[in-house]
Amino acid sequence: MSNKKLNLKDKYRLLTRDLEWEFSYRDRKEIFPQEDFEGIKITDWSKWEDPFRLTMDSYWKYQAEKEKKLYAIFDAFSQNNGQQNVTDARYVNAIKLFLTGVSPLEYQAYSGFAHVGRQFGGAGARVACQMQSLDELRHVQTQIHAMSHYNKHFDGFQDFAHMHDRVWYLSVPKSFFDDARSAGPFEFMVAIGFSFEYVLTNLLFVPFMSGAAYNGDMATVTFGFSAQSDEARHMTLGLEVIKFLLEQHEDNVPIVQRWINKWLWRGYRVLTLVAMMMDYMLPNKVMSWQESFEVYFEEAASSLFKDLARYGIEMPPYAADAIAEKEHLSHQAWSIFYNYGHAAAFHTWMPTEQEMDWLSEKYPNSFDQYYRPRFEKWREMEEAGERYYNPTLPMLCQTCQIPMGFTDMENPTMTSYRQSVYDGERYNFCSNGCKDIFDYEPEKYVQAWMPVHQIFQGNCGGPEMEDVLGDYYKINLGVDNLDFKGSPDEARWNAWHNLIPAEDKLKKAS
Amino acid sequence: MAVAAITENYVGERLDRVENFHGNQVLYIGWDHHLMFCAPVAFAVPPETPFSKVLDELIPGAFSLHPEFGEIDWDQVEWHLNAESFTPDANVTLAGQGIDHKSILRFATPGLNGIKGSGS
Repeated sequence: MSNKKLNLKDKYRLLTRDLEWEFSYRDRKEIFPQEDFEGIKITDWSKWEDPFRLTMDSYWKYQAEKEKKLYAIFDAFSQNNGQQNVTDARYVNAIKLFLTGVSPLEYQAYSGFAHVGRQFGGAGARVACQMQSLDELRHVQTQIHAMSHYNKHFDGFQDFAHMHDRVWYLSVPKSFFDDARSAGPFEFMVAIGFSFEYVLTNLLFVPFMSGAAYNGDMATVTFGFSAQSDEARHMTLGLEVIKFLLEQHEDNVPIVQRWINKWLWRGYRVLTLVAMMMDYMLPNKVMSWQESFEVYFEEAASSLFKDLARYGIEMPPYAADAIAEKEHLSHQAWSIFYNYGHAAAFHTWMPTEQEMDWLSEKYPNSFDQYYRPRFEKWREMEEAGERYYNPTLPMLCQTCQIPMGFTDMENPTMTSYRQSVYDGERYNFCSNGCKDIFDYEPEKYVQAWMPVHQIFQGNCGGPEMEDVLGDYYKINLGVDNLDFKGSPDEARWNAWHNLIPAEDKLKKAS
Repeated sequence: MAVAAITENYVGERLDRVENFHGNQVLYIGWDHHLMFCAPVAFAVPPETPFSKVLDELIPGAFSLHPEFGEIDWDQVEWHLNAESFTPDANVTLAGQGIDHKSILRFATPGLNGIKGSGS
């Protein structure tokens, strides 16, 4: 036996390739039954380039060091009553959205990568996916820990996992990941590994983490830092998958192109939640959604697709639609949540005058013309004691499941309607992207669990909406939902800071 | 191939077939250029519903909070059913005039341009 110390490369080879064996008495197809049905052709798994060479022993060492630091900061945050030092209690609603909408996706990612980490015929790809799976499990745990402190002091955090499976707007991120996980293993990798983790991740994490930094939320910022080196590895894996598939066989190119088209659009639609978070939910703004979209999508994606052009991959056709929407997306999204603030597990509000001025400045071509008059009307109604809530349930898109609040960019006050008839039944969509995705695989999307239709079918309790919201969604009515103004969150915040609400000031003065 | 699946000729369960709605069908209604209502709205109503009920109950219930609602001249309203121009008959049922499950009914009110002309 040799005592020679192995270098990292040798260790990694032993960890991956050397654990592989030849299958002598079973057919490969029996062992990897999901490798062919998507039409992807792999001619030589040995061409797989390991995207990161992290062995188990060094993985545990790095992660343990990061965790030690992370939990030290969580402790300090909670001992110093860090929740009192965020910019404003409205900010906390951004992380309620994160915990209910995004953290459960980390869990879905853990499960998805563990699954594909079994399905690939190449040992290198399997190990890389299993490693990412571990990271994702760590992320969901650290996020829950980071936010558990807020749960002690603010409403709306308590049933995040239950809500993720049931609440209408959370069906948007949930169905996105369900779609990816129920696809074949290669599509999953293009969907999550490449489109989401490589192309779109900066549009998700940078806004939330910088938003946390700008608003005094040390716990969330620290979580972000702790996940950063993991994310860098995930991006490398996402890019390796694309290059590997494209280099393996030319027949893979059109399949991969279709998946990129689909998943960049699916992911972008999920990011609608981030757009409104940036422009409306952060008391201290980082940058506008439009600015962030220009840096992290338009610039980054155009250089990426220049690189991929040599494989015959082009910029997805829907990128132009996403770019056209950038001056409208966040305002339309916030309108949806303001309309249905009674049915959300976080608080909504109208921007202050100063915040509206910021929006006018950031969106000179759209805000004053289309949105400011609407918001001023809503503010007027609120001041008259008649805060506007939409009394009727919204129509949803069959693919992204977002209420049909998007408009035609050539006619920005006209709702964008698309419809297909499949097997004798009508299906409705918000966009060309969502319609095309359905039309290509209708047998998948006819199964969509559409929250509004499920309520109508009596599957979400009832008969009254209060029963659906309270018993089925587990929203604490009058506590978790409705406007920030008048909420228990606001009252507690004011008590901590000895603030007097404007209304009480008026009463005292009179 | 209507889906990439490991089983051949995979057929998905149609979760929203009309039979699942206990005698109702889904009807979507949108008021063009009035985005104070962030999205078109959805109702579950029997196909035997006369169109007069849409005019007298469903539409006011959904849209009357808008300051322009009282100004609508219903004789001038332009209707679309599933993107086709449409002339509803108040005395005929939904099913009787081709308004089927998950149909989209839009109405436009020329001259009314939303809050301060913003299309809201």
